[in-house]
Amino acid sequence: MSKKIGDVILDLQNISLRFGGVKALTDISFDVREHEIRAIIGPNGAGKSSMLNVINGVYHPQEGVIVFRGQERKRMEPHHAATQGIARTFQNIALFKGMSVLDNIMTGRITRMKANFLEHALWLGRARREELEHRKKVEEIIDFLEIQHIRRTPVGRLPYGLQKRVELGRALAAEPSMLLLDEPMAGMNVEEKQDMCRFILDVNDQFGATIVLIEHDMGVVMDISDRVVVLDYGKKIGDGLPDEVKNNEDVITAYLGASH
Amino acid sequence: MIYREAGQFKTSYAADQQLFPIRQDRIGILILLAVVFLAIPGIASEYWFSAILIPFLIFSLAALGLNILTGYAGQLSLGSAAFMAVGAYAAYNFQLRIDGIPILISFGFAGLTAAGVGILFGLPSLWIKGFYLAVATLAAQFFIVWCLTKFPWFSNYSSSGVISAQKVVILGHEFASPREKYLLVLSIVAVMALAAKNMVRSSTGRAWMAVRDMDVAAAVIGIRLMPTKLLAFAVSSFYCGVAGALYAFCYLGSVEPDGFSLDMSFRILFMIIIGGVGSILGSFLGAAFILLLPIFLDITLPWAAGLLGLPFSNATVSHIQILLFGTLIMFFLIVEPHGLARLWQIGKEKLRLWPFPH
Ligand SMILES: Nc1ncnc2c1ncn2[C@@H]1O[C@H](COP(=O)(O)OP(=O)(O)O)[C@@H](O)[C@H]1O
Ligand SMILES: [Mg+2]
Repeated sequence: MSKKIGDVILDLQNISLRFGGVKALTDISFDVREHEIRAIIGPNGAGKSSMLNVINGVYHPQEGVIVFRGQERKRMEPHHAATQGIARTFQNIALFKGMSVLDNIMTGRITRMKANFLEHALWLGRARREELEHRKKVEEIIDFLEIQHIRRTPVGRLPYGLQKRVELGRALAAEPSMLLLDEPMAGMNVEEKQDMCRFILDVNDQFGATIVLIEHDMGVVMDISDRVVVLDYGKKIGDGLPDEVKNNEDVITAYLGASH
Repeated sequence: MIYREAGQFKTSYAADQQLFPIRQDRIGILILLAVVFLAIPGIASEYWFSAILIPFLIFSLAALGLNILTGYAGQLSLGSAAFMAVGAYAAYNFQLRIDGIPILISFGFAGLTAAGVGILFGLPSLWIKGFYLAVATLAAQFFIVWCLTKFPWFSNYSSSGVISAQKVVILGHEFASPREKYLLVLSIVAVMALAAKNMVRSSTGRAWMAVRDMDVAAAVIGIRLMPTKLLAFAVSSFYCGVAGALYAFCYLGSVEPDGFSLDMSFRILFMIIIGGVGSILGSFLGAAFILLLPIFLDITLPWAAGLLGLPFSNATVSHIQILLFGTLIMFFLIVEPHGLARLWQIGKEKLRLWPFPH
């Protein structure tokens, strides 16, 4: 690959997360380097989604240290992660159902909009200017994702594949430096998957975003990721280049042993 | 092909972001403004002003306030009438206790007072949702009315908490006749409706709707849930507070705490359910519907009964009214949660395609 992978920007050390008696994550350590595509794989219930939720502050691990861009992070709330440039999509699409595609993606830029509600109410200079400026940026994303034709459609009315695309658009609108994608291709047909792969690679390539990707389709994972972490029952059982991971004994057993 | 945007191409995002992007809509709004500001004052009778138009505008404003909170920000409230009471009593006290304070400033302060109280009673929304939040706002409803009755200071020691609103004087001119009061209320409501429209079409409104639709995703995007929810409570209560002040000063003249009952809160809730949850226009349609239906039934039912030769009493009218409301509310909740405003929208879309449906 031609792109250059940088230093470690996210370092997770000995993360453990429990829900009552359920151990979702046990003593997990791995790192993410700048500009790479880092895949997390593993059977259902392995703790992959929980891992993303830890990274962007939705879940708070009981143990472990998280270092993001050289800073050890104490307790963090999701909106802090957003302001630090971490965006994500969800396994079960979490779009704003009552809003149009345009508004959903506009919402992704909310941390960059500074006008307050009074300026909005009076539609003063800055409020109006911001709406226009950010609209322009959002239109670029709409063009990039090829969803111009559904701009005004309420997202609830869109088919599943397009909803996933809009959700990616909303995450991209924040111009994140790190993008967490939770099964962005689940439930898609081959063609939709190809499109999504292309978007992910482009985002990584053109915008230089670091990507942490959860994906079940092994073909896709092997194709587009730089390094892969493998989780099983909340434990890390593999970590390395796609080829290394593919031939790892534990990984093969986990995948053959688990029906998913 | 009378109503459509064909041929009206937007060449900039600015043009696309206009309040009313379709030319026919802009013309429609101008006509509407001309009618309500010029034509109606010329032709309506005193009865129409004081019994229909003024209460319609005031309840539209209150419904708009509730719609901001419930329709846009997704936080159910059963305390709208209580926030109106706060506005009414606050305006009265500002007039009473601050010498020479202009009435419009009093109305503004009344809104701010209601906003403050609204934030206070909105705090539970940070931990609880839906049904439980509704119960918490119910507590606000009873607590506020109880307070206004219990502490005579609020009503300047009048018996049973009744207050008589002071005169409405602006720049030396007294707004005494129903017609003048109508124009004053209309101006305030028009400005506040425009402000509401501006808020909901910008990032303030998007933050509210995001919290309403999916709060986890909203937080992950960077929306801070606490300030967003509390702002919705504040703005909503501000609107209800001003509506309450107008209710006392421009509609009834004298009010008592018990007048702002739970019953009234429910009426306002029904207005937004029937008119359209999450719609500015819906607030007006709902208010009109709920206020006009009883009047309409009062006139038509006796006539219909007479025609059919059926026995008839006033009790029957109110029974039929309750039945009809109940049915309609269930209909809208189940079949068309976006209310009359959505039906209006669908009508417009049909018209846009007419005469070629495909
Ligand atoms: N909010 C939660 N409350 C309780 N248990 C949870 C929660 N989130 C995840 N878990 C549990 O953590 C484990 C890992 O789940 P998850 O991270 O969703 O796995 P994956 O994404 O790999 O399928 C599961 O046993 C799941 O039930
Ligand atoms: Mg998952």
